[in-house]
Amino acid sequence: MSETLVGGFWRRLLSLVRKETRQLLRDKSNLLIGIGLPIVLIFIFGYGVSLDVRNIRLAVVLDDHAPAASDFVSGLTLSRYFQPLPAASLHQAKQMMRDGEAEGIVHLASDFSRQLSAGQAQVQLIVSGTEAPRAGPIVNYMNALVEQWQQKRADRQGLSEGGGARIQLIERIWFNDANTSTWFLVPGLIVLIMTLVGTFLTALVMAREWERGTLEALFVTPVRPTEVLLAKVTPYFAVGMLGLVLCMLAGRLLFDVPINGSLLVLLLASMLYLLVALGIGLLISSATKNQFLASQIAILASFLPALMLSGFVFDLRNLPVGIQVISYALPATYFIELIRTLFLAGNFWPLIIKDCLILGAYALVLLSLARYLTRKRLD
Amino acid sequence: MDAGQLAVQAEAVHKAFYDKQTRITQQALKAVDLQIPGGSLTALVGPDGAGKTTLLRLMAGLMQANSGVLEVLGIDVGRDPQAVQDRISYMPQRFGLYEDLSVQENLDLYADLHGIPKARRDERYRRLLHMTDLARFTDRAAGKLSGGMKQKLGLACTLVRSPDLLLLDEPTVGVDPLSRRELWQIIQQLIAEEQLSVIVSTAYLDEAGLCDRVYVLHEGELLAQGTPTELRRHADQRCFIAVPAAGQNALQLQARLIDADQLIVDAVPHGGAVRFVTQPDLAQIQLSELLRGASVRAAEPQLEDGFMVLLRARLGAVHVEVDALQQELKQEQPPSGRAASGGSEVVIEVRDLVRTFGDFTAVASTSFDVRRGEIFGLLGPNGAGKTTTFRMLCGLLPSTSGFLQVAGVNLRTARASARRRIGYVSQKFALYGNLTVRENLRFFGGAYGLHGKQLKSRIASVLEQFDLQGQEHTRSGELPGGFKQRLAMAAGLIHEPEILFLDEPTSGADPLARRAFWRRITALAESGTTIIITTHFMEEAEYCDRILIQDAGKRLAMGTPQQVREQVQPVREAGQPILSMEETFIGIVERSRNGQHDGRGALA
Repeated sequence: MSETLVGGFWRRLLSLVRKETRQLLRDKSNLLIGIGLPIVLIFIFGYGVSLDVRNIRLAVVLDDHAPAASDFVSGLTLSRYFQPLPAASLHQAKQMMRDGEAEGIVHLASDFSRQLSAGQAQVQLIVSGTEAPRAGPIVNYMNALVEQWQQKRADRQGLSEGGGARIQLIERIWFNDANTSTWFLVPGLIVLIMTLVGTFLTALVMAREWERGTLEALFVTPVRPTEVLLAKVTPYFAVGMLGLVLCMLAGRLLFDVPINGSLLVLLLASMLYLLVALGIGLLISSATKNQFLASQIAILASFLPALMLSGFVFDLRNLPVGIQVISYALPATYFIELIRTLFLAGNFWPLIIKDCLILGAYALVLLSLARYLTRKRLD
Repeated sequence: MDAGQLAVQAEAVHKAFYDKQTRITQQALKAVDLQIPGGSLTALVGPDGAGKTTLLRLMAGLMQANSGVLEVLGIDVGRDPQAVQDRISYMPQRFGLYEDLSVQENLDLYADLHGIPKARRDERYRRLLHMTDLARFTDRAAGKLSGGMKQKLGLACTLVRSPDLLLLDEPTVGVDPLSRRELWQIIQQLIAEEQLSVIVSTAYLDEAGLCDRVYVLHEGELLAQGTPTELRRHADQRCFIAVPAAGQNALQLQARLIDADQLIVDAVPHGGAVRFVTQPDLAQIQLSELLRGASVRAAEPQLEDGFMVLLRARLGAVHVEVDALQQELKQEQPPSGRAASGGSEVVIEVRDLVRTFGDFTAVASTSFDVRRGEIFGLLGPNGAGKTTTFRMLCGLLPSTSGFLQVAGVNLRTARASARRRIGYVSQKFALYGNLTVRENLRFFGGAYGLHGKQLKSRIASVLEQFDLQGQEHTRSGELPGGFKQRLAMAAGLIHEPEILFLDEPTSGADPLARRAFWRRITALAESGTTIIITTHFMEEAEYCDRILIQDAGKRLAMGTPQQVREQVQPVREAGQPILSMEETFIGIVERSRNGQHDGRGALA
């Protein structure tokens, strides 16, 4: 050796991170995608989408065992919109709703048939508002169902239209009291933005290095592939977290979205998902080494599925089984579930732990795979 | 390292690439054996596709050989690439500078990665920046440097430390002669001061002549090796210079000689004369028939002569269907003779042409005329305004101001009608790779308004003229490089344009293909087609009737190659060699730059 050389892993990593950060800050297009696009998306999705809702799982609490009550429930069963699930008590039904097993509760109080005979009965409906686009239609369907059931009952009893008993539907939406789509969309947006920054930008910048031939010179130095990858991940991790903060601020200040869960858990979970997204990005770029292809794949393989199939807008329960399988293979699905619960419902630990474990496993597998596939080789 | 130790040892190294799209396996290196001693400057020479880059990448551990053993600095690089990468420096062909980082930041990055202690950096930086003349630009983004400066910065980044072995992959490709000379000065200076072992690949044979040892690669095989002197010796006693008799044209003599491929290995125009290499044991009688009274004297063989002898022995002659090319065109246009006849029709008229991009002036008030049947060369360093001028002439880019008339049509008002009368062959292969040769020709013919029988007959003619018969149904993306270039020419000429524009048509081609190319061009010009051409092989300017040298958007010189040469060397003393076009070019650009005080133009 002609020279005594200094430094090692940390020195090289630091130098590479500095380089990545400078490049990121100087390239306006990256900042536009990282910061400009989240802002645009927040406004676009603020309008929400109206959707067809089916297979609504309702926990049915039947405190009245008179024939009239069971007749009402059979009306629910026959409806193509509802899927009644028997619940022993209101307490159990509430638990089912928290677990995500049911989206709503129909409660017929013990005095239902008595009230009905008296001409004025009440049906209680509680709907989970974590998925705002469904909550509205659920209430409407229920109203229609009650209307229909009353009509039928009146016909059967041969009574004149006006003479039948009135049923009043007392509805309540839980977890999203205001039932605004933005409440439901903002957490979803975080997923989209993190996917965009993590996967799309990372795939692009890494493929850019392959394409411009900058890696060729870099590789023939003492630098190790792990250092190259870590240096790529670091600044984009920061941009992704910035996107998250931006979304949370917009949610809080513009749309008054509540954060019912722990902020710390929310941040940790988001970091985990960001690592997953970065892993996918690095994986794509190491496989294609071409900016155009990398951006296409990133959109098709991560952004669009996160938009369409993760339950961001379209509810998973409405999807055919085949697509559901894909949905549940997407890490975004778990993150959406997790982050919505954290925003709108609160700290529900079994769900948090399950989803965090899944996301962590994804992150580990994807990042190791990216490391395995990134070699200092051109052939 | 010790001079006795081998820097690189290759035994039967074989490397193949499989292209998934075309399903063709390409043999990049076929059983190459090499022993490169340490402490020397070694050149890998060969045209594009010879396997130079692949060999260097194998040495750098960026690729793995399919079979064979490759040892670099005594380490099996296939087994432990990192150990080699820790000790060597490598400058790839397209050095990946980070364009949005400044000159200093690029240097710092590589110094950090190579682990150069802070204390040692200052002195090293100072030296590198001084040698590369980049000291004034340390804060400038690398992307805003000119091509030559980028290349120098790449070299500086590679040399932030003194490596045990330095690999340079075509460090001067696409760089103008001036920067080329500067780069070589830096390399030679470092070799002298630090006893570096250097392996450099190049397509320029004059560069190989500067090295201790030369390895000639061709299509993945080692064609020859030795010192430059040993390689020159292949053409010993066979090199001559012929000065045409009074009233005769050097280019016509050159054409006659190169067409006689049974007798002549190579012939190139050289300062109003023709330099040629004969086949061995040539009878004087046969030669005098070709020379038609030209006076002949023996010449010292050059590396290129030796190289041409080797290539010809290996590949045979490249025959050009000159007759087909000329007959066809003569029917259409009466041959108005070459520009030498003087006073012939002006087909391109340029007056005070200006093009600015924002506040940057790419072309500053340029005027010139091109006459029918002329070969007009545009030369200049990178960023000189060649490409901009070229694009304005083709009607691809509107001019900011000035008058521009092509084929009698004012380009400012009637670009479309002018375009039908010009053909354009771009530097990059711009045909559709997944269409066959015939489909491409049919498409371009159709685009120029040809159809039916006329189109069919034109396709048949260009296939013959460019020796593409038998390849009609090959997808053009699968053609070998030389064929692609000919197809591009054929497509550019399908509508029999009056004027043909060629942008760097010979870059990357092997010398034989370049000779064949120029033979076609001279034949085309002979039959009345006007040719406008850019090239970075300065010696090719000798084929042009007139050349225009630009620098920083300004016209520096214009005239016949001989006239331009005389601007630098007004009187040639007896015994003084003819100034090469390369030296002429450097002389002209330097003279103009010394006149100014802003130093070298930094903007690309």
